Amino acid sequence: MNNEELKIKISELLPTATFEEGTQWLTINVAPGDLHLLATQLRQDTSLFFDYLFCLTCIDWKTHLTMVYHLDSTKFRHNIVLKSKLDISSPAIDTVSDIWKTANFHEREVYEMFGVNFLGHPDLRLLILPDGWEGKRPMLKSFEDPINMIRL
Amino acid sequence: MVEEIGTTPEGDIIINVGPQHPATHGVLHLVITINGETIKKVEPHLGYIHRSIEKMCESLTYRQFIYVTSRMDYLSAHINNHACALCVEKGLQIEIPSRAKVIRVIMDELTRIASHELWWGAMAMDLGAFTPFFHAFRERETINDIMEETCGARLTMNYMVPGGVMLDIHPNFQKRVKDFITLYKSKISEYDELVTGNIIFQNRMKGVGYLSPEDAISFGCTGPTAKGSGVSSDIRKLYPYEVYDQVQFDEVLETGCDSFARYMVRIREMNQSIRIIEQLIDNIPEGDFQAKTKAVLKLPKGEFYQRVETARGEFGVYIVSEGGTTPYRIKFRSPGFSNLSALDQMARGSKLGDLVAMMGTLDLVIPDIDR
Repeated sequence: MNNEELKIKISELLPTATFEEGTQWLTINVAPGDLHLLATQLRQDTSLFFDYLFCLTCIDWKTHLTMVYHLDSTKFRHNIVLKSKLDISSPAIDTVSDIWKTANFHEREVYEMFGVNFLGHPDLRLLILPDGWEGKRPMLKSFEDPINMIRL
Repeated sequence: MVEEIGTTPEGDIIINVGPQHPATHGVLHLVITINGETIKKVEPHLGYIHRSIEKMCESLTYRQFIYVTSRMDYLSAHINNHACALCVEKGLQIEIPSRAKVIRVIMDELTRIASHELWWGAMAMDLGAFTPFFHAFRERETINDIMEETCGARLTMNYMVPGGVMLDIHPNFQKRVKDFITLYKSKISEYDELVTGNIIFQNRMKGVGYLSPEDAISFGCTGPTAKGSGVSSDIRKLYPYEVYDQVQFDEVLETGCDSFARYMVRIREMNQSIRIIEQLIDNIPEGDFQAKTKAVLKLPKGEFYQRVETARGEFGVYIVSEGGTTPYRIKFRSPGFSNLSALDQMARGSKLGDLVAMMGTLDLVIPDIDR
């Protein structure tokens, strides 16, 4: 499907979704509460079939966090980007690790680096940071490493 | 670090492999639950070589951050640099000279061969055969010498810059690459005689580490790991960049879904890389090797994503720009991270001794996983 067809199809699935203009791939903004439902439909719908989550990350905008999901279909080779705005004081969103298994590790990384709580994640523990790392979320803009070797 | 070492209430034993273990090729720590010799669970603990490269890049300019990426997947240093350069060029909307494009592709393919050579030697060594390591390094050194002559470095080249390549190729470059191709072709049969056809080796590899095509996609596996399960995932074919759409090569696919299939993909992939280099080495266009760019690069506000195929799979660079001289946020999608997450699925139910064969065919580079 091309971007226009995808746009129409996804508007039917989730009428509250909004689209961004002028991006590399079709970018869809969804509310955190709607994300899991839409993601399930994107994976299961036979004409969409987004079975490959190739990137999952988070961006700290200081006022809020944005979750970003890059999706690809191994059957149709169309790509979309899902985005969801999270509250910075207590970021939480449903896990997608039950839909795409790769999200298990990626969400653990986002959890420890940004402090996003993934509801329903089977194993939300530290992955990269050492055990006993408390509270500090290193990828947030507010985090300043006391020993910064490359401060310019 | 891990307190739960010992036995579980069910009587299973928990053991550690790594962080310092010869078979992990770096500081990877696996906590393995075993029942007798049968693996019940494999749990990777990462971060022993985590340098927070993504955070570091936020305070580096668009020219500086590329150097850091050589230190991630150091065996695909050229290809990492290439991805970053392409992503910055996408943001700047500049077209690079065709000479630079061809040089970049030749360098990428030489890197891919060098990476697979090292993997082949190390893989055989993991399974107890020491000699292949020297055979692999004999050819790999030739590539390193070619790199050293043109790029000035043997491992972390930093040769690709936004706008093209840093320096023009050395006058000897074409001759030495052709010599390497001749050498490689005369030696490749030794690889099959030494390892591929060896019955002990085949018995240790076949049927070990089964990964179904559905799982390979779901776990985000790419590169030879996915291709060994018959999943078409070659970014060079699917989303061509540079001159990959103008050269003839086949995407190597195997349907065995086991360690031996992944092994065969890499061996056959080296031949395809040779095929690409042969088509390009005599056809490097004349002209500039670098486009004119400003001294200080500023990307417009927006988001840019570039996917490339490294020796290990799909590498992605995601730049979020606010219009300044440094990126607001950078995400590196590393192939090893996703490939490693499938290890638990592969290993469950198999014997502990087979774990080395599975890890070997995943071709893990730990700095690439930890970033």
